[in-house]
Amino acid sequence: MSSISQKTIHHYLRHKKKFPHVWCPGCSNGIVLGAVIRAIAELKYDKDNIAMVSGIGCSSRMPVYVDFNTLHTLHGRAIAYATGIKFYKPEMKVIVVTGDGDATAIGGNHFIHAARRNIDLTVILINNNIYGMTGGQYSPTTALGDRSTTTPYGNIDPVFDICELAMGSGATFVARTTAYHALEAQAFIKRALEHKGFSLVEIMSACPVIYGRLNHKGDAVEMMKQMKENAVPIAAYEKLIEEEKKNKYRRGIFRQIESPEYTEQYQNLIYSLQEKQGVQE
Amino acid sequence: MPKVRRSESKESNKNEIVPVLMQGNEAIARGALDAGLDFFAGYPITPSTEIAEILAHQLPRRGGKFIQMEDEIASIAAIVGASLTGAKAMTATSGPGFSLMMEGIGYAKMIETPCVVVNVMRGGPSTGLPTSPSQGDLMQSRWGSHGDAPAIVLYPDSVLESYELTIRAFNLAEKYRTCVVLLSDEVLAHMREAVTLPDIKEVKMISRIKPNVPPEWYRHYENNPKYRSPLASYGEGYRFHVTGLAHDPYGFPTSRPDEVSVMMNRLRNKVRHHINDLVQIESFMMEDATTAIFAAGITARAAKSAVRQLRRSGKRVGLLRPLTIWPFPDDAIRQHLINKKTIIVPEMNQGQLSLEIKRVMGSVWNYASLKTRKIIEIRKCNGELITPGEIISAVKEVKKDE
Ligand SMILES: Cc1ncc(C[n+]2csc(CCOP(=O)(O)OP(=O)(O)O)c2C)c(N)n1
Ligand code: SF4
Repeated sequence: MSSISQKTIHHYLRHKKKFPHVWCPGCSNGIVLGAVIRAIAELKYDKDNIAMVSGIGCSSRMPVYVDFNTLHTLHGRAIAYATGIKFYKPEMKVIVVTGDGDATAIGGNHFIHAARRNIDLTVILINNNIYGMTGGQYSPTTALGDRSTTTPYGNIDPVFDICELAMGSGATFVARTTAYHALEAQAFIKRALEHKGFSLVEIMSACPVIYGRLNHKGDAVEMMKQMKENAVPIAAYEKLIEEEKKNKYRRGIFRQIESPEYTEQYQNLIYSLQEKQGVQE
Repeated sequence: MPKVRRSESKESNKNEIVPVLMQGNEAIARGALDAGLDFFAGYPITPSTEIAEILAHQLPRRGGKFIQMEDEIASIAAIVGASLTGAKAMTATSGPGFSLMMEGIGYAKMIETPCVVVNVMRGGPSTGLPTSPSQGDLMQSRWGSHGDAPAIVLYPDSVLESYELTIRAFNLAEKYRTCVVLLSDEVLAHMREAVTLPDIKEVKMISRIKPNVPPEWYRHYENNPKYRSPLASYGEGYRFHVTGLAHDPYGFPTSRPDEVSVMMNRLRNKVRHHINDLVQIESFMMEDATTAIFAAGITARAAKSAVRQLRRSGKRVGLLRPLTIWPFPDDAIRQHLINKKTIIVPEMNQGQLSLEIKRVMGSVWNYASLKTRKIIEIRKCNGELITPGEIISAVKEVKKDE
């Protein structure tokens, strides 16, 4: 897995004037970018055939760095734009990169409906539990009691479990891992890309500069250690007693099932209508 | 000068085949299909829904794609995604949905991606009068999105013209790489008229220019003097970047004032420098008229009927009707209205067109002449149409004073 060379990675990056990138030192977004590129390199996809679509946020800045067909859209709307691309040209591989706020607050409606349709998009959701880009307001995944600039007295909003939300909406591939588990992230992204239907890979990430600082989580390395400890494989998590589950969460593949894919269903409809017309003529 | 269309001559050369009975919304759907529509995404809303229903039925039979999205925000997003991938794409909505689309429309204009948005106007604000006509969105169609975005907005007055202007909306969207809005209203959308559609082989269809350079040379936003720049699609080997952030010719984000100015000027000038191509205006019995009625869409139908009746009793009245609402036909209006004593502006809103007429005429009428000239507004926004009778009374009122 780790045999993907530096040179291969550079093959997928845009060099002209796009670096240095906008992310803070210690931010996990770069690790996720690395995992995405490695997964694509392993699959040997043609760059011309990949569209990467994002919304607005730190995480959503990813497309500008990669040498694909890239679309940086509006806050929350990435999946809706991606739906237009995929539905019109199903032969393209369409990847959505989004944040917890982008995908489950302002864009929650598009997220659940794309999952319901089981349209073949791969959504890579970088969950840093905060609105990074706008300076640290709480998101639907900010934990109870946590500080953000808009929860100065601690958060009282219950959180979304994004993987449960995706499964409840009909997603056919659902996985979660963390930026610490970079190789696992790469493997999950690869499987999600190979999966036909709506796939979600939620990657827990560290925003040391804002979330970390506001909540005294320590530096980037410290936050990595927390991910290592707190993200527990699904089977192991189930065996924990209630007290041990505190602060811990599951990682792994929650669901991988086959179900009719949306664009394929529509294509079949077109064929059958045209066949009927042909018979009539 | 913009092309001035004289309706007298238009009506006289109708010697073609049997007309068909058709509704305004149906004509829009037909126009879109004839213009080569590949992709429609929408969300049901009265009084635009028939457009979606017809296309849901027709598109897949022709290998096109129809999708009902979860809302209007998603609908405008999906058509822009499809257009970037090469589709001729459209959505249709009404007031509340049009409001939801504003951010997406601004985005389409910013990233210079062709698409057509139909807004069948109903009574507003808010949910308003869902099944009644209105002309309340004229200003919104110009200024609804934040920031200085260009606007091309067309507004027909008949079922046949709904068909023709739909094709024109696609042509302009493709030519100028922007989001073109086609306005209609509840009455126009639902009324049935006998129409004789043109032979589509005879109708000029415009498609985006494709790049003919190798990918390394491709610039997604070319600043050529005609402001027509080639447009590659996703999946064709060009691998360009698109963002709603201010961007350079390659599409990469920039905050350099010199680069941002170039971008902003291009957005503005591609409309301003093509006013003559964009503006269409109809002048009806205007030559000797002392009183001019300025009206658009369904209200212009009532106005035309009023003009005919008044002419029969010898009143010198004419009608000026913009088919292009934005860019506003300033020059054409000045030219036609400068010598008129009275301008009557009937509209189903609280004075949106008249505001523009005052702006335009204010710039040519001096203070002295203002005393002898009048702009009379007939505003109605209670869900009812403005009738020819109401316009006739307004004209008679004026004539009494003279
Ligand atoms: C319609 C709209 N509302 C608000 C914003 C401001 N905004 C930009 S990014 C952002 C939140 C981003 O958070 P998230 O999606 O979690 O991404 P992160 O920056 O944490 O990676 C907000 C609220 C916007 N750009 N557009
Ligand atoms: S604010 Fe947080 S999420 Fe955004 S770049 Fe900085 S560390 Fe990363």
